[in-house]
Amino acid sequence: MRPFTYERVDSATAAIAAFGAGAVGAASERQYLAGGTTLIDLMKLDVMRPQTVIDINALDRTALGRVETNDQGLRLGALAHMSEVADHPVIKRDYPMIAQSLELAASPQIRNMATLGGNVLQRTRCPYFRDVSYAECNKRIPGSGCAALDGFNRSHAVLGVSDACIATYPGDFGQALIALDAMVELRGRNGDRKLPFGALHRPPGGNPEIETALLPGEIITGFAIAAAPWLRRSLYLKIRDRQSYEFALASAAIALDMGKNQIVQEVRIALGGVASVPWRARSAERALQGRRLNEQTARAAADTAFADANPHEHNLFKVGLGKRTLVRALLQAATMEL
Amino acid sequence: MAADAAPEPKANMGQPVPRLDARLKVTGEARYAADFPVGNPAYAFLVTSAIAKGRIIRLDTESARAVPGVLDILTQDNTAELKEVKFGSGGASTSIQKLGPEIAHDGQIIAMVVADTFEAAREAAYKVKATYAEDKPSATFGDEGLKEEDATKVSERHKHVPKVGDADAALASADVLVDAEYGTPTQHHNPIELFATTCVWNGGQLTIYEPTQFVYGLKNSLAKKMDVAPENVRAISPYVGGAFGSKGQFTPRTGLVALAAKKLNRPVKLVVTRDQGFTTATYRAETRHHIRLGARRDGKITGYSHEGWEITSRPDAYVVAGVEDSARIYGFGAVQTKVNAVHADRNTPGFMRSPPVVPYIYALESAMDELAARLAIDPVELRRINDTMHDPITGKPYSSRSLMRCYDEAAKAFDWSRRNPEPRSMRDGDWFIGLGCATAVYPTHVGPAAARVRMLANGEVQVQIAAHEIGNGAYTVIGQMAAERLGVPLSSVKVELGDSSLPPAPVAGGSNTTASACSAVLKACDAIRVRLARSVATTDRGRAAGFAADNGQEMRADLFRRLGVGAIEEYAEFIPRGGKPDAVKQLYAGQVAMTGGPNGEKLMYAFGAEFVEVRINALTREIRVPRIVGAFAAGRLMNTRTARSQYMGGMIWGISSALHEATEIDKARARYVNDNLADYLVPVNADIDRVEVILVPEEDHEVNPAGVKGIGELANVGTAAAVANAVYHAIGIRIRELPIRIEKLLDA
Repeated sequence: MRPFTYERVDSATAAIAAFGAGAVGAASERQYLAGGTTLIDLMKLDVMRPQTVIDINALDRTALGRVETNDQGLRLGALAHMSEVADHPVIKRDYPMIAQSLELAASPQIRNMATLGGNVLQRTRCPYFRDVSYAECNKRIPGSGCAALDGFNRSHAVLGVSDACIATYPGDFGQALIALDAMVELRGRNGDRKLPFGALHRPPGGNPEIETALLPGEIITGFAIAAAPWLRRSLYLKIRDRQSYEFALASAAIALDMGKNQIVQEVRIALGGVASVPWRARSAERALQGRRLNEQTARAAADTAFADANPHEHNLFKVGLGKRTLVRALLQAATMEL
Repeated sequence: MAADAAPEPKANMGQPVPRLDARLKVTGEARYAADFPVGNPAYAFLVTSAIAKGRIIRLDTESARAVPGVLDILTQDNTAELKEVKFGSGGASTSIQKLGPEIAHDGQIIAMVVADTFEAAREAAYKVKATYAEDKPSATFGDEGLKEEDATKVSERHKHVPKVGDADAALASADVLVDAEYGTPTQHHNPIELFATTCVWNGGQLTIYEPTQFVYGLKNSLAKKMDVAPENVRAISPYVGGAFGSKGQFTPRTGLVALAAKKLNRPVKLVVTRDQGFTTATYRAETRHHIRLGARRDGKITGYSHEGWEITSRPDAYVVAGVEDSARIYGFGAVQTKVNAVHADRNTPGFMRSPPVVPYIYALESAMDELAARLAIDPVELRRINDTMHDPITGKPYSSRSLMRCYDEAAKAFDWSRRNPEPRSMRDGDWFIGLGCATAVYPTHVGPAAARVRMLANGEVQVQIAAHEIGNGAYTVIGQMAAERLGVPLSSVKVELGDSSLPPAPVAGGSNTTASACSAVLKACDAIRVRLARSVATTDRGRAAGFAADNGQEMRADLFRRLGVGAIEEYAEFIPRGGKPDAVKQLYAGQVAMTGGPNGEKLMYAFGAEFVEVRINALTREIRVPRIVGAFAAGRLMNTRTARSQYMGGMIWGISSALHEATEIDKARARYVNDNLADYLVPVNADIDRVEVILVPEEDHEVNPAGVKGIGELANVGTAAAVANAVYHAIGIRIRELPIRIEKLLDA
């Protein structure tokens, strides 16, 4: 860690003013601090070297930390902690996928600190990104190359990757948000705006250093999920190397509206642990729409979801495991007792 | 639960008294190396290489020196006065001890920054810039540029490997043959206490606080490194926060800290970061094995051939050569073995919990299960058929061996009889169920030791011995031995350990501490008893000698009165049977010669049997371990609570070794990739369900005067094979390379 200036602000307006017009994203010399579970970690590793850290934990929690549920749907304040939302009785009952995606992430200590807004911006666990002694990392040093391509890439992505970066988006909650067509609410220098969650993250392409569509100084204030008939029959299945405190090798977020005879009215599918960004599997959704959900159709949908997979030396198994995970999640959703 | 934690002692077992240091540890009062307050310390931070092979062309320290508070930066240019402490002499390790310009492995120390604060040292370390000329390194098996050698020709420790009869002929004529290859990965110890060193010079006297498994080794090696007389160095390490072999050897950082403290004339403190610990200390090397096991139709093994390959650094021929032990454990008939050192561009490996047997017994016990399947004989019965009370190599008898009793007790508790031998035959809904077992074994080591014991007339006892508390319960069991021998309550005994100003004990390695230290303490206590006994008339001596078991206090006060002294102090040296007469003198000089295992007149080994249940999801193939049962027999147990804890921890580590642990290597760059506790996986609580320990009574008066066999490295042996065997039973896939991860189970 290197010396930095610490500022504490008590309103979003003050935060945005303090941030100024600096550069966007991770390379910025200014960074917001919420739970700190990613930022402080990466500062200790010398990966992020902000000169100014703007603490937004004193922002009004009644507005920014609140969980609101009603007939129209759900709104989650961005400063709400992962643990609060995971334990919320209404979310557990009506939005099980969301509660599960939060509860299966990290450790209790981290969930108590980490906020939802920070969670979705969590940066990749690619070991070559997190260790500055590697000279090649296009995300850290644009144009320097990608050590993961010929390095140890077991944990890396097979979907949405490019020749410049194969880093995996590590989050779980983000899969729930993209599956449920959440809107992300933003506040910035030019006022408030809303963005579909699926437009928040940018696949690496040729510029993996640019990870989101956020403008300089923009703050995530909340997430909104509209009520829908598939929310209660929803789940998040996470497959990993150990049973807790570990990132997904593969995960699937499923929301299912099932009619008579196992016919799929609507299905929402997102995949984690296998992609460069929160990943919506729309082709798999289309493959199941109006069909009877059984092992055969689930397998066919899973094949579709991974048709464009681009694996490397050590992560080839993620294609097979990702499919199996999706099949298991779909069958599990179909048999949920409501 | 409390009853589980403190098992009722059976025959030849001591009381389950709680650890003497338990409260100190859980309240944070116990002082670990980096906790010792020193006056006005400066703080050090290491800079390590970003390549594995090549040369430093330029080391730019200018902007680092400009960081406010920086006092000094040690580099290749200002550390020439440090002497070489060669591998094998004084236990020195890791391949390169100079800070450059040659780079011989990933993460080699190339500089050390010293500053007024930790923060300044760290910031400056980040600003040291090295420019390299990089050569293509050879990382591990399968790479170009490795150098392979017959270990018996190059290893100091292993000049012979076991051989008897004509194994090739026996294998050629066997009814059933298993011919298979196995592999184990690199592993790192990762004790929670990081590697730390604090050095304080007071005139010509150097005091070092460093977590170590061998204070006398540290003292003598550091003296050599700094070119000072050993009596001018004192090593202090009363508590070690986990070591597992990683803190037994002298490594390059230590001399740097001593030198920096000398140059600055100020105490210097270094705490090595987790990732730097992966490359500046030692590790368990990856191994490969080729095993051939031949048997008659009735299960009698007729031939065993085992060739091992072990990765090591370029200069050091470090091998563990576990065939020394594996070749003894069954009545094999003909045996042939070979061990190869495979030199790569890596730091030098070193001891890690049960170094020789973990990889070699994993391979053998996997092959045994394959043989049982091939023969359609129950795996437990196959062990029974080949059980032996004699060394198949030399014919020497075992001093004691209770392997089949362990199998029988564990099998019963585990309900092994429910197992349908057919793979993939047992299932619970979406989960395949597999049951597997394997043998645990560890050689019983004992070394020379010296102890000083002082007894006051009021019954207070002070025990001094430079043994080591590495989580093994040393304070407690040594105290128990003195209390028992001198007839006082444990609360009257004060034990001092971990300081090179005390009488020496061997390195806390090879699970010898209880055997060696307790034997020396026992000897000193008995000398006190003799002196007390001599103080009375001949007719009374019998009774006086037995005062310990008698009415203690009154008798003791009387004896002290007769002697006319306030305290009796005895210093005793213990040399085990077969040890050299100057063994304690050598120990003072930091050299330790262990006896036991296969080397004496009798074979000395502890045994156990472990049974594992796994569940594997039929679709996504995650592996879970709902239950593990282990039964162990290891001579006298000093304390059933600490013994159970050792065994339980060992089995959990065994599960870890089977399913989780592996240091991943970037083969193109010969660098460790997952060098942190988030990515180097060990089980979390959710991964460990029922762990059951059965203490099997065993008596052995030949191993050492204390009658104890080492237990710290027994229970993590064989576990990985038991898990792999259970995985095979569950799903019909034989995994021959650890760890067993999901991707290895997807194609079936």
